[in-house]
Amino acid sequence: MNQAIRSSWIAAVAMFALIFGAISYVQVIGADDLNANPWNQRAILASFCNERGSIIVGGKPIAESVPGTESCAFQRQYNQPELYAGVTGYFSKFFGSTGLEQSMGETLAGNSDQLFLDRMSQMFLGNEPKGASVELTLDPAIQQLAFDLIPDGQRGSIVVTNPKTGAILAMASKPSYDPNLIASHDRATADANYTELNQIPGINLNQNVSGPTGNLLSPGSVFKLVDTAAALNSGKYNKDSELPNPSSLPLPGSSASLPNYAGGNCNVRETATFVFALEQSCNTPFASIALDLGQDAIREQAEKFGFGDNFGDQLKLQMAPSIFPKDLDQAQLAQSSVGQRDVKATPLQINLMTAAIANGGVQMKPSLVKAVRAPDLRVISESKPESLRTSTTAPIASQITEWMTSAVDNGIANGAAVPGVKVAGKTGTAELGDSGLNNSWFTGFAPANDPQVAVTIVMEGVDVLSGAKLTSPNAKKIFEAVLNK
Amino acid sequence: MIQTETTPKPRRNVELVLIVLALAVGIGASALVSINSESGLDNDFWFQSSLLAVAAFAFHIVLRLRAKYADPVILPIVVALNGLGLALIHRMDGPGDDTGNNQLRWTLIAMAVSIAVIWFLKDHRILRRFTYISLAASAFLLLLPLIPGISAGEILGARVWIRVGPMTFQPGEIAKITLAIFFAGYLSSNRDLILLAGRKIGPMQFPRFKDLGPMITAWLVSIGVLVFQRDLGSSILFFGLFIVMIYVATSRISWVVIGLLLILGGGFIAAQIFSHVAFRIDSWINAFTPEVFGRSPGGSGQIVEGLFGMADGGLVGTGLGQGRPDLVPFANSDMIVALIGEELGLIGLFAVVMLYLLLFTRGFRAALGTRDAFGKLLACGLSFAIALQCFVVIGGVTRLIPLTGLTTPFLAAGGSSLLANWIIVGLLLMISNTARGPVDTTPMVNKPPATSSNPGAPKPVTAQTPSAPTEAVKQQ
Repeated sequence: MNQAIRSSWIAAVAMFALIFGAISYVQVIGADDLNANPWNQRAILASFCNERGSIIVGGKPIAESVPGTESCAFQRQYNQPELYAGVTGYFSKFFGSTGLEQSMGETLAGNSDQLFLDRMSQMFLGNEPKGASVELTLDPAIQQLAFDLIPDGQRGSIVVTNPKTGAILAMASKPSYDPNLIASHDRATADANYTELNQIPGINLNQNVSGPTGNLLSPGSVFKLVDTAAALNSGKYNKDSELPNPSSLPLPGSSASLPNYAGGNCNVRETATFVFALEQSCNTPFASIALDLGQDAIREQAEKFGFGDNFGDQLKLQMAPSIFPKDLDQAQLAQSSVGQRDVKATPLQINLMTAAIANGGVQMKPSLVKAVRAPDLRVISESKPESLRTSTTAPIASQITEWMTSAVDNGIANGAAVPGVKVAGKTGTAELGDSGLNNSWFTGFAPANDPQVAVTIVMEGVDVLSGAKLTSPNAKKIFEAVLNK
Repeated sequence: MIQTETTPKPRRNVELVLIVLALAVGIGASALVSINSESGLDNDFWFQSSLLAVAAFAFHIVLRLRAKYADPVILPIVVALNGLGLALIHRMDGPGDDTGNNQLRWTLIAMAVSIAVIWFLKDHRILRRFTYISLAASAFLLLLPLIPGISAGEILGARVWIRVGPMTFQPGEIAKITLAIFFAGYLSSNRDLILLAGRKIGPMQFPRFKDLGPMITAWLVSIGVLVFQRDLGSSILFFGLFIVMIYVATSRISWVVIGLLLILGGGFIAAQIFSHVAFRIDSWINAFTPEVFGRSPGGSGQIVEGLFGMADGGLVGTGLGQGRPDLVPFANSDMIVALIGEELGLIGLFAVVMLYLLLFTRGFRAALGTRDAFGKLLACGLSFAIALQCFVVIGGVTRLIPLTGLTTPFLAAGGSSLLANWIIVGLLLMISNTARGPVDTTPMVNKPPATSSNPGAPKPVTAQTPSAPTEAVKQQ
């Protein structure tokens, strides 16, 4: 019996050995992962009432810490909250943080490694800890213009970048919200506001599910730029290739067919050149290309433009990778090649694809943070333009630019034309089921020979006419605003 | 086995010194908590600390009078744990909360009951006469929470509480003891029968089907607790208790194998049928997926917040009163281990776990030392129950195993658990008294102990010459 008692004791000690191991794992080995978990509020709460650095646009703080109550020395305040909510995110005691408040949280709180010496001196001098400020690449005038160009009540996004540097000049979306509502230190108020905001469809509360970086939309005809690049890259097509242009393409293995837009000029020709097909945005030539090249070639080209991937380490916002699905049958491939069905892209993705074409085929890392400044205004780090990937060759990029210019000059994107400036552009209209409503796109850049600005606009759930009014003409206003600066 | 005979030593003075150390731990922690709070070292602090000290010394004096050979380490360990628990519960009390004072009241009640058990029972072997009464009592206690009118209904998904006046009570905690007494009594009487009969398959001897009866009964009790009371933790505890006791009674590993198979089978079926079990397992495996994290009830928020707290504590902890255990639901009861890990760090938590290890080790030591099969089984079962309970709780909090609703003995807020565990300590102290006391040569079975002129000694000492017990043990 005693032997069995000893064995039982050994079993109990073995259980305790497991406990010691589990405790060691949680508190030491795996502790860093747990501390860095985005759900973990402890780091936020530990420094919640400290003075945090500001987020600065055009020399003015859009997010700053202002003196709070006695129990909590500082309160986060957002100036022009709705205009910048999509990039600042919020800093909440109860809901964690999002946007730059999250991604630059260590810097803003003054905890990043770069600020180590500042922290030490604050400690010895007995000063209150203070975080670093973050200066953004955004241009306040362009941001305001972009935001105002989306009518209230309309869901939509506008992204404006410099294709040569990747700097984001404006990134706006509606519906937006006021982060001050969530930053409240009063739990009941913050709870009620959060619940209320969450019920607004399409609201940009989290950058990886909504807004320009997270909202995955059917790109429509804008995707034809991918088909075009893939076609030229394959060597099977050149600028003079005659493409089949039936008014309707029977979908292989299906009773349905893919038509050209009935109201347009596509149907006057049985075959089309690239330039005609892009000008008039005909569907069947691009579906034929996709069926000819196969889905792998199209997907590879899409991935070279950034589909399925992240946007590099300078964006500093959570994002959703755009999707070109795998294992399509022929009918799905034909529909996907014109940006319908399961192909999905974020507004930022479409902008970066456009910027790559503008920049001779080289895609730059999108950057949002221009500089980080210590509390004494000393610059701690500055972002430099970095290339992200090579999307296509310079000759192909230049060829596509020429055709996009022609789409603005002679084609259906001509609402974007700016007098005296060569503008390259492409429109898209992605049908939303049988509702008769569309996602209406414009993406383009200017000047075509020396690109300074790439603009992408998407308006969701609009009819064809208002879509046309809200995209190309608005792009024109942004081109003018940027180029006349 | 080496047979040595030394003069038994009571070692009560060692115990006294250790109790002073243990009180220093508990009262020191309580002082830190009070200094950190707004009240400071006020009258309440001094009054409560004095009460705990008086109770501990009173217990010590009772041992001097009634069980002077009892293990001198057990009581100080338990005082240290209980004192630390009081400080931690007090630390979690917000303005107007009375959990800390309530816990102190229950501590005093539990210690008084434990003292009464030692004082009046005098010898644990008397309990053997109550084998079947204990079975009936266990059944009664386990059924109580299901009886309308007495039941406190479903609290946090489990039906384990009854209403006693203004308070709630968990009779299952006491059932742990009565079941251990029943198993010890039944197995010590029938072990020969179970041992001799059976079929040998390969290297293992399997029991006859009819000898499996008690095993099946225990299994059904455990499943019943799981199904009707929805209490996975207690279910595991009861069954583990039974398996270890039948293993110790028979020394047959086949019982353990059968038992584990039954547990796995029962657990698998339960996970398929009962959502509360499936939720527990899901929030263990998928704790870090958003749907599971946010699900309410049955989500993993509690365990994940506990892990965050422990990770934040790291090696040395944030310091008592400096962490954010308010983010962890039930930080003063089910998740008190996470609170210790956060504020006292890995070092503090290791120290606490080490105390439990010492505690159950002393219990096993008593099981080895005592000479009657009933006492061995009882001490072994109760000690293993403490170890298993700690494993289930701490393993659950650290995400080693699914989290179940068991209390951390002596630390967690909860009166029934305190009461039950203090009674267990009383029993272990009594058993260790016989184990460490002068050798007893009176017949072991079914005889009430004769009254002794020396109440501190467990049995009249009739012979100082070494007797020849079947299993001699080295005396300390």
